[in-house]
Amino acid sequence: MTGVTLEAGSGSVMLRIGDDGIAEIVWDLPGRSVNVLNPESLAAFAAAVDRVLGDPAIRGAIVTSAKSGFIAGADHAWLSALAAGATAPELLETVMGVQTLFRRIEKASKPFVAALNGTARAGGFELALACHYRIGVDDANARVGLPEATVGLMPGAGGSQRYLRMLGVMAAMPLLLEGRLLAPGDALKAGLIDAAVPPGELLAAARRWIGAAKPDALVKRWDKPGFVPPGVDPRTAQGANAFAAAHALQRKRSQGNYPALDAIQQVVYQGWVVPLDVALKLEAKYFVKILRTPVARAMMRTHFISLPRANKLARRPVDVAERGIAKIGVLGAGMMGAGIAHVTAAAGIAVVLIDRDQALAARGKDHTQRQCQAAVEKRRLTPAEADRVLGRITPTADYAALAGCDLVIEAVFEDRALKADVTGQAEAVLGADAVFASNTSTLPISGLAAAARRPERFIGLHFFSPVERMPLVEIIRGRQTGAAALARAMDFVRRIGKTPIVVNDTRGFYTSRVFATYIDEGVLMLAAGIAPALIENAGRSAGMPVAPLALCDEVSLELIHKVNRQTAVDLGPAFRETAATRLIARMVEREGRIGKRAGRGFYDYPAEGRKRLWPDLAGLAGARVPSPPIADLKERLLAIQALEAARCVEEGVIEDAGDADIGAVLGWGFAPWTGGPLSYIDMVGPAAFVAACERLAARHGERFVPSAWLKARGEQGDLFHPMIATKAS
Amino acid sequence: MTDCYVYDALRTPRGRGRPDGALHEVSPLELATTVLAAVRDRNALDTGLVDDVILGCVEPVGEQGADIARIAALNADYAETAAGVQINRFCASGLEAINMAAAKVMAGQSDVVVAGGVESMSRVPMGASGGAWFVDPAIAFKSYFAPQGIGADLIATKHGYTRTDVDAYAVESQRRAAAAWGEGRFAKSIVPVADALGLTLLERDEHMRPDTTMQALGALAPSFAKIGEDMGFDAVAQLRYPEVEAIEHVHHAGNSSGIVDGAAAVLLGTREAGTAMGLKPRARIRSFASIGSEPCIMLTGPVAASEKVLKRAGMTTADVDLYELNEAFASVVLFYRDALGLDPATLNVNGGAIAMGHPLGATGAMVFGTLLDELERRGLGTGLVTLCVGAGMGTATVIERL
Repeated sequence: MTGVTLEAGSGSVMLRIGDDGIAEIVWDLPGRSVNVLNPESLAAFAAAVDRVLGDPAIRGAIVTSAKSGFIAGADHAWLSALAAGATAPELLETVMGVQTLFRRIEKASKPFVAALNGTARAGGFELALACHYRIGVDDANARVGLPEATVGLMPGAGGSQRYLRMLGVMAAMPLLLEGRLLAPGDALKAGLIDAAVPPGELLAAARRWIGAAKPDALVKRWDKPGFVPPGVDPRTAQGANAFAAAHALQRKRSQGNYPALDAIQQVVYQGWVVPLDVALKLEAKYFVKILRTPVARAMMRTHFISLPRANKLARRPVDVAERGIAKIGVLGAGMMGAGIAHVTAAAGIAVVLIDRDQALAARGKDHTQRQCQAAVEKRRLTPAEADRVLGRITPTADYAALAGCDLVIEAVFEDRALKADVTGQAEAVLGADAVFASNTSTLPISGLAAAARRPERFIGLHFFSPVERMPLVEIIRGRQTGAAALARAMDFVRRIGKTPIVVNDTRGFYTSRVFATYIDEGVLMLAAGIAPALIENAGRSAGMPVAPLALCDEVSLELIHKVNRQTAVDLGPAFRETAATRLIARMVEREGRIGKRAGRGFYDYPAEGRKRLWPDLAGLAGARVPSPPIADLKERLLAIQALEAARCVEEGVIEDAGDADIGAVLGWGFAPWTGGPLSYIDMVGPAAFVAACERLAARHGERFVPSAWLKARGEQGDLFHPMIATKAS
Repeated sequence: MTDCYVYDALRTPRGRGRPDGALHEVSPLELATTVLAAVRDRNALDTGLVDDVILGCVEPVGEQGADIARIAALNADYAETAAGVQINRFCASGLEAINMAAAKVMAGQSDVVVAGGVESMSRVPMGASGGAWFVDPAIAFKSYFAPQGIGADLIATKHGYTRTDVDAYAVESQRRAAAAWGEGRFAKSIVPVADALGLTLLERDEHMRPDTTMQALGALAPSFAKIGEDMGFDAVAQLRYPEVEAIEHVHHAGNSSGIVDGAAAVLLGTREAGTAMGLKPRARIRSFASIGSEPCIMLTGPVAASEKVLKRAGMTTADVDLYELNEAFASVVLFYRDALGLDPATLNVNGGAIAMGHPLGATGAMVFGTLLDELERRGLGTGLVTLCVGAGMGTATVIERL
């Protein structure tokens, strides 16, 4: 075996030629934990391919990686720079360059085998798809697939066309539209890889295949005469029905907010009709078009920049050394406490789960028992692993068990006196170094900290429900919270695999405060006489996961009413009744319609069939107004949230625009196509957003009035996420 | 401008559009040939006088492909000088063929034209000709494509027609069709279809269910609930009509037009040509129009088409004695009736496609003939015939007896 490090591409790819004439093309980008496609690595890979094709002593090549994964896809920074800085023809040339390189592999008369030693995503998997054979590893954690759609993009290196030709429309479409990643076993079943072997046998298996490969195995099905993709033909009645339904389903899910999904369907449809080389060109053109859309750029920023930054704890105080977290306490074994205990134990941390008595605490642990059992049934967990998770949770009523905890999270009822009581009991046994966190979603942290002995070690950790599924934790810094507490809280959140955002202490913090404006705006529309169905459709069509009135029912009108009353008490004369608070009060107090759980809220919930808007709802509003265009309502519902998010920035509640965006998208599902509320403002344009707010304020009230600060930003064209302007094409 | 006169109109009976239907063994070529031959034979028509044969056909592929109008004219032993063209205005193709024929005559560029349509839905099923409309996402999205049944259900939802309303209309359609057949009101225009031995295969519309009751219809499950809810088409329609909370799926096989096989032909020409043919004109074409309407709801076009065609004729609804609106779906008729404020006793007086079926390309010419026959039978003067059309269109024609 002789090793050659190719000069091209800063040593990103190594070529080793074995004595058997089989070359190993090993991706290993220097200074990175994962391989990515970028100009350097692609140049190195191209040089390796040239060498394999040009050297008569080389019989074939294995493409693999020296990292734990295969190739993660295109370099995000490169993609973002291209999106912002390149003209359309420049972009097309770049994309076609990659397509041509991959096509050379596919059309080569020497076998290329992709030895997928780990996860292969996006462009990385597209490279593999162009190879003649793909071998994955038996590793339940590895994933292969084309996830582009999840970040507002589409495949651009042949993925959509090879999926279509390998799987047929009906199988390819959902994988592409949902950006689904598959474990190797599932990918094998789907036909996306050809074999899965234990990791140690990967290269040997690849060598064996190359040794045995007949010339026919080097000609892809679609390069043989008479090829038609498997499955339905869009030009037949049956195929037309299937395509039409696929289009409609996509629209139902996306509400037309994601240009990439439309483009994926376009290239799958057209790709069926034309030969691969034409189809690849079409895919490249649509990819370029999509890459340049504001939606793709916003989603890329949120997923590629803001989210990784938060996950890497970019805002963690640097001067606090990381100290392991071995044991935590959870006070209150209700729904939230039980969930927090479960995710913590699953992350390998011991949990003392405390409630008023042993039975209540044990009931909280039962939650983890049920979750683990379900995971074992679905083979996501082995029985031994489940036992270990359960073994980490100690349910008790005895606060003494908290001794030695690194962190205690209080998740009892939202009652100040109760919280003060359990805080005191916990602090009595905790070491001076322990951090105390409250999972309150409504009570100001600084107020709760007043009851604590060590307010500098008191912090808010706002989990979302259900804890297992919701990826966000909102960390609230009280007035006296110190750097050590913040660092420990962030370390903990990362340890349990969730994404932290950091906010400062005010009523509703960041997420609850902004989220409330969405609900409020929907109720104000109702109070103003707008047809309820139109309001609900506007919410969904703006990209919100749940319509505003339906959401009120889910949250429960009774709870909203209670919070309104509590706020009125807390704020005193500063509290302002609005048409929304009055309407909610009437629903709860006079109509007895308190929400979904009671089967009566803004909707009726019949025993059978779907919920229907309460027919008498329109009567509550007084005069029905002529229906405004739905676009106006969508704008209102998004603008009010974006404006509130901007106010949070202005008031210093949230300091990082990226945190504001991911907090919204992960926390309450804020229209993901926008990238988040501040990305939405940038997308609209700072000046245009201010103008829209002024227009909305004139029509709908002063809640839309932009502050002097925001107006100044508008005048200066200040973006929340500064970026390079797109070059004109 | 030259006037265009109607000299004859006839049709085959409509056979159930299934393999067990009486006309399934008859090719669409034979169906078209049957009516072309009949219009020649019963008028002793010298086909050397025929300038053109225009036939509507909605799935012009396979047996119905390659310009079936010309091919059927040849097969019917028309003079080889009679040209032929197949046209497609979806469900109004048969009426559009008549309107195009009239346009040629009125423009002075043709003297005699045979117009009509043919559709063997049992042999060339709906959707056979493919198309970009619902398959190519570009236009599927832009036009908020949803199948016609969703449009029909959406009309019912938006305008408050309940399941009872649409079922009641269907029962009445069946009753009227049965009564019309019972009294022989269609006898003048029906051309029985014969087999290779000359034995009669079908002489009566096969699709009718005269004993239909509200109770029987009430037992039928809605046809479009599943595709609407499970395949996403309801959501697509709601994107276009966001004021709708949920689409009420009220249509089913019993209150929608039936799938059938059949053909129809109408003889049109100038007054002079009539003299040359030795025929007396039965009616004059007063005006005609096709319009485009909102494509997602798709089926509301007849209202605008009728308003336009009346305006062109210098008329109002008060001037029209009888209306024929193709019964694509019950809600289409109820919406049309209410939008124009019509007396139900003047609309579809002999039933329609809910009872007798809707052979897509031929229906326009069939209901045209039905209107003419009924105006004559009742001794009335003016009639309006119209159809809703796929992709959001409407076609209408006003005729006037002489």
